Amino acid sequence: MSVLWTLLGMILTIFLLLGIAGFLVFAERRVLALLQNRWGPNRLGPLGVGQALADALKLLTKADFLPSFADPWLYRLAPLLVAFSALAAFAVIPLSPDISWAGDWQIGLLFILALSSLHVYGVFLGGWASGNKFALYGAIRAVAQLVSYELPMGLSLLAIVLLSGSLSLGGMTSAQSLPYILLQPLGFLIFTIAGIAETERLPFDLPEAESELVAGYHTEYGGMPFGFFFLGEYVSLVLTAMLISLLYLGGWHGPWAPGWLWLLGKSALLIFCFFWLRATLPRPRYDQLLHLGWRWLLPLALVNLMGTALVAAGLRWGWL
Amino acid sequence: MPEINNFTMNFGPQHPSAHGVLRLVLELDGEVIERADPHIGLLHRATEKLAEHKTYLQNLPYMDRLDYVSMMCNEHAYCRAVEKLLGVEIPIRAQYIRTMFDEITRILNHLLWLGAYALDVGAMSVFLYCFREREDLMDVYEAVSGARMHAAYYRPGGVYRDLPERMPQYEPSPYRDARRLAELNANRQGSVLDFIEDFTRRFPGYVDEYETLLTDNRIWKQRTVGIGVVSPERAIALGFTGPMLRASGVAWDLRRSEPYAAYADLDFDIPVGKEGDCYDRYLVRVAEMRQSNRIIAQCVDWLRRNPGPVIVDDYKIAPPPRETMKTSMEALIHHFKLFTEGMAVPPGEVYAAVEAPKGEFGIYMVSDGANKPYRMKIRAPGFPHLAAMDEMARGHMIADVVAILATMDIVFGEIDR
Repeated sequence: MSVLWTLLGMILTIFLLLGIAGFLVFAERRVLALLQNRWGPNRLGPLGVGQALADALKLLTKADFLPSFADPWLYRLAPLLVAFSALAAFAVIPLSPDISWAGDWQIGLLFILALSSLHVYGVFLGGWASGNKFALYGAIRAVAQLVSYELPMGLSLLAIVLLSGSLSLGGMTSAQSLPYILLQPLGFLIFTIAGIAETERLPFDLPEAESELVAGYHTEYGGMPFGFFFLGEYVSLVLTAMLISLLYLGGWHGPWAPGWLWLLGKSALLIFCFFWLRATLPRPRYDQLLHLGWRWLLPLALVNLMGTALVAAGLRWGWL
Repeated sequence: MPEINNFTMNFGPQHPSAHGVLRLVLELDGEVIERADPHIGLLHRATEKLAEHKTYLQNLPYMDRLDYVSMMCNEHAYCRAVEKLLGVEIPIRAQYIRTMFDEITRILNHLLWLGAYALDVGAMSVFLYCFREREDLMDVYEAVSGARMHAAYYRPGGVYRDLPERMPQYEPSPYRDARRLAELNANRQGSVLDFIEDFTRRFPGYVDEYETLLTDNRIWKQRTVGIGVVSPERAIALGFTGPMLRASGVAWDLRRSEPYAAYADLDFDIPVGKEGDCYDRYLVRVAEMRQSNRIIAQCVDWLRRNPGPVIVDDYKIAPPPRETMKTSMEALIHHFKLFTEGMAVPPGEVYAAVEAPKGEFGIYMVSDGANKPYRMKIRAPGFPHLAAMDEMARGHMIADVVAILATMDIVFGEIDR
């Protein structure tokens, strides 16, 4: 019986996440509109919230299209991989010490890194299987970008592992008597930049840069397969925001309100900042993006890790 | 070892940043451009041939549809050509109105260019800010001509009518309440000139807003500095005009070198670039918007003080006033003849050009004395600019092609004609 309940709960979680992603699409349009001096969708339902539902319905009812020149299996598999990797990562995200599926899993962090690598496969296969030149370019860019930004991301996370002595997200958050942003300001910056790059959002949306590659790796996709890419992007946006709040901003720690509310509030603030970035910044060029990743973020992340390790060792063996 | 071929990519004609219907065949080595080959003609409407079958007045609205972002400047070149053939002097007030609308058009054009350029480089908000201001200027277009874009306001011999005494206002609608309506109409209480003057006071602040977002932005500079460099010698050899030429450091502007309309009496500067890269072209155009604003303010001031006729008093060229047609048979006949048969233009050939926002827009016209041009050739500034695409883009990356294309300020209406 408990297996059934667990399954039901997981399905519920997935639908909840998809709902949040759909709502975020709407929220982004409203926030961008606010920042750009226009209205955004404001007709359907109160404040236009119904637009999220209408968009979802539109995607669901569109024809399932398969280009004649595409590789049918990979073409269908790719969006599922992207959506799966983004959704599955939530298994190890704790909302508060007691609300989570596997927040205390000892390899939680590794699980998330593994899934974010799987995400690369989804994007690359999608672009490659489409048989479109723009999609291929998008896929190549995506691989280069995601691989280069995973390194600094992982390295900045290692510093947190050193500080907290745990690989589970629950453990890492519980260990923060002081939010790690104060101990790891550099790590926070690196992780945030890499996180935005991993979610492929402006200013790092090169794999789908509209003005250059039409729609990048999902140029040939339409209907729900496109919807999966889209949802995957927004779910991983939520994931990144929650990771940053958990690892650097103290997660559920906070006075007066229940822990999960704090976590969600911090994540929402971060997501708003991501929207804000999108409204403000131009997009760097492909080579400049890799330049930033390899020549700045990677060395800085290494320095950050070494520094943290030295201080941690010093504290343990009493050099400091 | 297998032979390695370059990757060929069709950039457009259906591409978000092909600026209309450009088909650019790119030969790529990875992301690096080996060859860029622009293919044009997808928007060809045979304007030049059509002109041979229409009277001089009927041809005028076709000019709006050439460079559909700087409508009145095209009309200006055409009207100047016809006036040169006719040998008429147009009233001074019409000259000032034309000057003012040329500069309003320049701002309109540069705003669209800036918005599209920023959008192509990935900064999306600037686009919407620019369109906010364009809306005001479009309203001015509409107030004087009845059309937001294809104005047909300039006529051979002057302008269609004097500036209206009243600026049209927003009307109540279910979507805006009384307070919002009052806000929208606050600066529309007076005449069109009052509205334009109010705009010239607000506009420098808006330009500051765009510059805050872009000019010192590191990513923006990375994307534009040193991209698509054209030396002054090459720029002249390639036939560049307008901001493209001035950004390369050549101070050539028809408004200064061959003053027409009222430019000789007005005080303004010609911004000139240094490096000839995308960033300089951006700076030159932004500076030009500020200068245009200065010119508009001076014209508004002059137009307030100097009432007078706005079109020549020759019924063979311009229609008689509506009132006289009610009482005078002769005026009625003139009106009928002018709008059916058109005006007879003395034989001869003429070239007239204006400094359009994109560069030198010229009309070369041959008349055989009939009521239609015998031949008309349009010199579109965008054509030589686009022809330099290969030279400017070679060795850069895909993203730079987009940036270079956007700084050329390409509009296919004029290139394909």
